Amino acid sequence: MKRNQILTILSIILLFLFLWYANNNLSAYYIRILNNTAIFLMLAASYNLINGVTGQFSLEPNGFTAIGAYTAAILTLTPAQKEAMFIISPMVPWLQNLHMSFFPALIVAGIVTAIVGFLLGFPVFRVRGDYLAIVTLGFGLTIRVVSNNTISITNGPLGLKGIENYTNLWWTWGFAVVTLIIIMRLINSEFGRAMKAVRDDEDAAIAMGINTFKIKMIAFVTSAFFEGVAGGLLAHLITTISPTLFTFFLTFNLLIIIVIGGLGSMTGTAIATILVVWGSEILRFVEQPMHIFNFTIPGIPGMRMVIFSILLIVIMIFAREGIMGQKEFSWDSLFKLFKTKKVANK
Amino acid sequence: MNTTLILQQLFNGLALGSLYGLIAIGYTMVYGVIRLINFAHGDVMMVGTYIAILAVSVLLLPWWAAFLLTIFATAFVGVVIDKIAYKPLRNASRISSLITAIGVSFFLENLFLVIFGGVPKSFPIPALFSGTLHIKGVILPVISIIVPIVALAFLAILMYILHNTKYGIAMRALSLDMDTTRLMGANVDAIISFVFAIGSSLAAAGGIFWALKYPSINPLMGIMPGLKAFAAAVLGGIGSVPGAAIGGFIIGIVEILAVALFPPLAGYKDAFAFLLLIFVLLFKPTGIMGEDLERGRF
Repeated sequence: MKRNQILTILSIILLFLFLWYANNNLSAYYIRILNNTAIFLMLAASYNLINGVTGQFSLEPNGFTAIGAYTAAILTLTPAQKEAMFIISPMVPWLQNLHMSFFPALIVAGIVTAIVGFLLGFPVFRVRGDYLAIVTLGFGLTIRVVSNNTISITNGPLGLKGIENYTNLWWTWGFAVVTLIIIMRLINSEFGRAMKAVRDDEDAAIAMGINTFKIKMIAFVTSAFFEGVAGGLLAHLITTISPTLFTFFLTFNLLIIIVIGGLGSMTGTAIATILVVWGSEILRFVEQPMHIFNFTIPGIPGMRMVIFSILLIVIMIFAREGIMGQKEFSWDSLFKLFKTKKVANK
Repeated sequence: MNTTLILQQLFNGLALGSLYGLIAIGYTMVYGVIRLINFAHGDVMMVGTYIAILAVSVLLLPWWAAFLLTIFATAFVGVVIDKIAYKPLRNASRISSLITAIGVSFFLENLFLVIFGGVPKSFPIPALFSGTLHIKGVILPVISIIVPIVALAFLAILMYILHNTKYGIAMRALSLDMDTTRLMGANVDAIISFVFAIGSSLAAAGGIFWALKYPSINPLMGIMPGLKAFAAAVLGGIGSVPGAAIGGFIIGIVEILAVALFPPLAGYKDAFAFLLLIFVLLFKPTGIMGEDLERGRF
């Protein structure tokens, strides 16, 4: 037990040493992708908590991310900035004068999103299965409609501009590591086992005396909190947010990540996040003109999403388990792997 | 707001509602038979409008021939989607099929974005469908009268097929019990293909009329009508064909009238269908006409 904790702490230190190196030596482009990786890791891990671990297939992360992003951005913008930006209709006065520094703003963003998730949980968890998917999809869409229309809070379709670029590698990866640790501890707790029971057979879980509604709610609110924080980080990374940023497209990307990694495995989510975020950067070549010998193949803009959607269909048909299935990485299994190999060598 | 104006809006709502209804029938039939929310159904409608636009402007067919071709071609597209993407997952968990359906939906949207670009194309409207009628001060676009009539005609044909033909009876049997139907010697795969063909051809018809009513089409146009039609199918009672039509009419009329009576709400009109959907699921999950298809919906 002790050995494993030391190894975990060592690998986290190793990760931050790498980040320190990256921060000083890599170009802005790579740092941007590293930041994206961390934010997507947070989003995908919390999305997998409700979809994979608890088995409640829902499609709301774009809504939660939007709430988090808007909350954090409104809190860190100065009153003067807000006054200059809200040209269609002035901002609600008490929001206008609200101002916070970055970290508390992120936490408030998480809490606001968690409260919305809590309130949303009451109606949506009365339905199961594919109905849950559609209702939560409708929620994501409603959030977009609302953020387009509540002009005195969100500035409507114009969006919020000039958000301070506070987000850096330390914030994103710091939060990503904290998110993963908390979610892993939750999964390995009494609640986590109940979540898996709900996923595997809800009726049996009820029969065993599990309060399934409470368990779903814990997973949902936790997931909402971290998605809200990730939304706040995202807003301060790209510095301009508008309702069009938080379409179903975002949810689709997260869905691909958790399906590739394996529904229910955080290890799989981490691997798949890296594969998808970096893979989609590498795949940019299909959208640019290519020169092979003397032929020029024109680039096809938008081709990456076609490839990703085909990938999703193919994985669902041929490899439904994804990379990791429901298994998790652990130091014990790693050591066991080496031991059996040694035996095999003899 | 005077009576004429309300009457006018009522007709507009009826026309929009019949479009939702046409699309909703496809959802409800597929769900009734294989318990799958065909996420890509709205995009099948979009494919239909693009086929129609190609048939009219590239193949230079007269409009009636183009519409017939569209309906058959879209039915074929629906059957192919089922064979490639949904059939291998028939025995997998329902969530797997749903994820695949989301994948198909994104595939169609992005494929058409790649092929046709994101710039909206204008749909050529035959003279027969343009124009307006003036009846005692009520101004009605011709299309708003034709759409409900055509929708009701399609509904009548479909009800005839379902209740009086061998295939229709097999479809209804399939929605009750797939294994028993197979034991009775019915070709289950052929019937499911037929269901997809019917659903997709109605979506194509809905798509053509949608394009005649709102003649600017783009690869993402299927998303909103598709989702609202799904809400309509649940409202009417999923699995019930007349229910889908009724649900469509209700959502169409509510949407138009709410905006007409309370103009400040116009921006929120896309959210109405979902609020309605949530309320239906909370208080009467079986919808207006539906029976309880499964345990667990409470």
